[in-house]
Amino acid sequence: MTDPQLTYRPARVGAVQWFVTFRSRHASWIPVFAALLILIAMFAGAQYYFGNFITPRLISTLLLDNAYLLILAVGMTFVILTGGIDLSVGSVMAFTGILSARMIGEGVPALVAVPVMIIGGALVGLLIGVLVQYFDVQPFIASLVGMFLARGLAFVVSLRSIKIEDPAILWLQSTRFKLGDWYITPTGIIALAVVIAGVLILQYTRFGRTIYAIGGNEQSARLMGLPVVRTKVLAYVISGICGGLAGLVLTAYQGAGYPLNGTGAELDTIAAVVIGGTLLTGGSGYVIGSMIGVLVYGTIATVIAFLGAEQSWKRIIVGSLLLIFVVVQRLIVARSSRRS
Amino acid sequence: MKRMLKHRVFWPVVALVALILVNTISRPSFLRITIQDGQLYGSLVEILRNSAPLMLVALGMTIVIATRGIDLSVGALMAVSGAVALTIIDASPNPEAPETLVLAVGAGVLVTLILGVWNGFLVSVLGIQPIIATLVLMLAGRGIALLITGGFITTVNSAPYKFMSQGYLFGLPFAFYVSMAAVVIVVLIQRRTALGVLTEAVGINPEASRLAGVRSRGIIWGAYAASGLLAGFAGILYSSNIMAADANAAGNLIELDAILAVVLGGTSLMGGKFTIAGTVIGVFTIQTLKSTIVFLGVPSPVSPVFMAAVVILVVAVQSRLVRDAATRLLRRIRSTGTKATTEVAS
Amino acid sequence: MHVDTDVAPVIEMRGITIQFPGVKALDTVDFTLRGGEVHCLMGENGAGKSTLIKALTGVYPIDGGSIVVAGQPRIFRTTADAQDAGISTVYQEVNLCTNLSVGENVMLGHEVRRGGGIDWRATHREAARHLQNLGVTLDTRSGLFSHSIAIQQLIAISRAMVTDSTVLILDEPTSSLDRSEVEQLFGVIRDLRDRGVAILFVTHFLDQVYEISDRITVLRNGALVGEYAATELPRNELIARMIGRELEDLTEISSSATRAIARGGAPVFSAEGIGKKGVLEPADIDVYAGEVVGIAGLLGSGRTELVRLMYGADRPDSGRVEVHGKAARITTPRHAIDHRIVFSSEDRRAEGIVGDLTVAENIVLGIQARRGWLRRVRRSEQDAVVAEYMTALGVRPADPDRPVRLLSGGNQQKVLLARWLATAPELIILDEPTRGIDVGAKADIQRKVAELSAKGLSVIFISSEIEEVIRLAQRITVMRDRRKIGELESAGLDVDDVIDFIAHEGQESVA
Repeated sequence: MTDPQLTYRPARVGAVQWFVTFRSRHASWIPVFAALLILIAMFAGAQYYFGNFITPRLISTLLLDNAYLLILAVGMTFVILTGGIDLSVGSVMAFTGILSARMIGEGVPALVAVPVMIIGGALVGLLIGVLVQYFDVQPFIASLVGMFLARGLAFVVSLRSIKIEDPAILWLQSTRFKLGDWYITPTGIIALAVVIAGVLILQYTRFGRTIYAIGGNEQSARLMGLPVVRTKVLAYVISGICGGLAGLVLTAYQGAGYPLNGTGAELDTIAAVVIGGTLLTGGSGYVIGSMIGVLVYGTIATVIAFLGAEQSWKRIIVGSLLLIFVVVQRLIVARSSRRS
Repeated sequence: MKRMLKHRVFWPVVALVALILVNTISRPSFLRITIQDGQLYGSLVEILRNSAPLMLVALGMTIVIATRGIDLSVGALMAVSGAVALTIIDASPNPEAPETLVLAVGAGVLVTLILGVWNGFLVSVLGIQPIIATLVLMLAGRGIALLITGGFITTVNSAPYKFMSQGYLFGLPFAFYVSMAAVVIVVLIQRRTALGVLTEAVGINPEASRLAGVRSRGIIWGAYAASGLLAGFAGILYSSNIMAADANAAGNLIELDAILAVVLGGTSLMGGKFTIAGTVIGVFTIQTLKSTIVFLGVPSPVSPVFMAAVVILVVAVQSRLVRDAATRLLRRIRSTGTKATTEVAS
Repeated sequence: MHVDTDVAPVIEMRGITIQFPGVKALDTVDFTLRGGEVHCLMGENGAGKSTLIKALTGVYPIDGGSIVVAGQPRIFRTTADAQDAGISTVYQEVNLCTNLSVGENVMLGHEVRRGGGIDWRATHREAARHLQNLGVTLDTRSGLFSHSIAIQQLIAISRAMVTDSTVLILDEPTSSLDRSEVEQLFGVIRDLRDRGVAILFVTHFLDQVYEISDRITVLRNGALVGEYAATELPRNELIARMIGRELEDLTEISSSATRAIARGGAPVFSAEGIGKKGVLEPADIDVYAGEVVGIAGLLGSGRTELVRLMYGADRPDSGRVEVHGKAARITTPRHAIDHRIVFSSEDRRAEGIVGDLTVAENIVLGIQARRGWLRRVRRSEQDAVVAEYMTALGVRPADPDRPVRLLSGGNQQKVLLARWLATAPELIILDEPTRGIDVGAKADIQRKVAELSAKGLSVIFISSEIEEVIRLAQRITVMRDRRKIGELESAGLDVDDVIDFIAHEGQESVA
């Protein structure tokens, strides 16, 4: 005979209870809100200081200049959510970019070149995933291997930049869909589509939920019978695919492939994802947050340009912001574990 | 014989010897050493000279890895020390004077030592993952170096500074003496004092070491400080080689070279027992590999592909998967003829 | 509940053998589990209970023997294989994902899908339904982390029911639960049993075994001792089967408990009100020169927590500590060591041995850590100390350059003991020093402890084997539920007296 029904009714009422429930249900959104606040604060501050900062034109440009980073950040979010890290994304972007530029330059139709780019990125991701899962290599070392491989291969394809003449690719960047003063290019649409796809996969598929589970407690996920190995490898493949897509977007944006592209982009991507509220330890974070992180990154770059300061400040500021976020994350984790 | 086979440095030495052999077969001039003006020249000598920065960085990396950590900032720190040193020389009224040299080198190395202490603080006191803690400087460090040089590639003409990397002493490159001195000092400190065995204890089992009363925090902190110091010297050598402070190129991607050298030498990335001798062999192996790649006419930006291939090969061979498969293969060969036992999940 | 032994068993394990490097964890063990029964798996630490369970759940591969589930022979390569066979497990650490919601944890891997994606509303509805089947109602959208371990356990159990498991394994589920939570859990278990689920229950708590189980299987040192109906196995026989009869070896040590202790001056160590919020209620403990103080209590009663706070392995929130009558601050292991207090942890592997270092390096580590990194212990001194202790404690094989991880558990424990004794301490704290080691090594260690304390060393000593505590200690501190409930003079006590004390001391009504 079961004990009397055990019900856990909220102990407090009203607004306090709403907050407690909110915190319990949506704890991992809080860092994202923090990022959003920072973004708003930056905008407000810049608007106050420069005057005409918040314009449709600037915001549109913000998205389009950083479209490649946005795509990379989506892929990186998947990997970091599982508790891993992918340092190869910048190099993959460069490799796929120069590869497609060369293929198109030699007459391969864009319709073939683009899928090849994506597959190329996926293959690098697959290599990294296999190294991590089947050869017990630490994620960051495996991704360093991927980075080296992709960067080297980029130079194998070509030692210097290759211009793109293909009208289909150029169309991606030059066309503008206007809505009043706001505008967006096909590359921007691709970036947003990737964001939406990322959100849908993580939120509404078993694969996506397994990613969160692995990041939360890989041992538990395994004991619960989830396909941990396959999922982790796929996370890297997705990051690789995003690398390929980012290569497409960046190549269209620049009108050329360039083997030195994306040097250091992986660090920018990681910074954007972390600033956007994704915990490096895994299991907590959202693609939307990463998007906010990219916007923060882009805003910093824009503000620096407005100030006429050297771009090297950008890396320093982003690095410092990353550090602050990491330290705060660590302090919060330390405090809550001490409490439990 | 069996003891020699089991010696940790055995296979790394074999690999290096094999590599040298392959090189010699394809170009006999590889082993040739000529003497000019009392100075030795030749491919082997070049390897000794060019390996100096990597040797210094790899020494620091070995110690950090032994504590279960990693230092990704070493390349950026190289850029910083070069920038500091050259800026001082550039701004000095006596660029050729020995005092200026001492000041410049001292300042450059001091700055990276402080940055190494910063890394150590993040890891040992705040408990931040080493990858992330050093990633911050990897990101921001080059920016700092660029700021110091004002965004330009500072060049100087100081002869004493040039000597450090391009000069010769008793026939051998001065840089080689620097790297060997570093090796000797590190080995003496690690093995003559208890620092080596305590570092290994901390890396193998941090909690047991803590309960045994080992000052883990100090040891981990010191490891990162040492890595910073050594990276600083490496940066001085690098900038001496090109007589310029190039914040973007200095130490570019040296992190993986250093990690690879450590791994090739037999120290595990998981931390714990480490071998300096192994790292030394590993560094020479990588330098020889690079020399081979250049000789093959491969453009240097492409060389990372070969590095990646070598890493994959090494980790694959060291991995449990391959080792288990090899053990199973050996077992099957040995037990042909005996009744097969039911094999259950492996 | 009457269990019909003619009914075909759900699980039949025959001749199960599992080998790890250096130790045979299970040796041709047979085990049978029937539907509609609660079956308890019992044994001391190191008996092989956990290993048997991990074999049944696909975590460890078996090196010999067979597993038959519902008449079908099975080979489990992964945990998913075991789950497909209808076997679900709730581990002591409640292996769920605290970063996800309650409902999601219940349905993880089996979410309700619609049109290609997960239908969250339906999924949460299903989760709520499963929870209600166990009598639990709560906000399925709340984060798992916001609920107590007891609730998380029930959530884990309802997860097992999502997959229509025929076998539910509960591995030490009550260690972190209070009395009312245990009642709640037992209610759920009885309910499931009545519905025909086969339940395998592993626990240390003797009272709970008799409260809930129908049948009992006892393991000892990796071998099967026997399978019994709970009603046909009196408590003292159960204990006897669990700990075996090695008393002859140890008669010479029994005089230790009756040795007179001079308690005139200041104790070597005393702690008043030492405690830590959420970990241990403030407790008092002291020990005099040459005295052995034993700490007895069931698992989870706070014994280890108490000694860790004393040693500074964990930082205490409260308490006044005195060494030789003088106030002392001990908040880190280094402080303790400086006061000549040493500690041997119960988890040899994770907190004791430094596996890849040699026996000699492990033994010398204590001395070296005290001296600091600059002053290295000379080779000659190291050799002398190592040889002395290896002989005195009988470490086998007598090879100081062997990596310590290759030694058996008993010898590893001796190496650890050597490490601490080599530092010439005044007080040594031993947490489960004889756990999971062979009889011979057990006797050696106990003999050494008795000998050293007779010479003036103070010892504080935790053991789950109450026999052992009574044999060696002059005084026994008794713990229950993270609280010290009393102190006993051990002369003249036997095991049942202590068990009685643990069970009833401080309770208003006798259960």
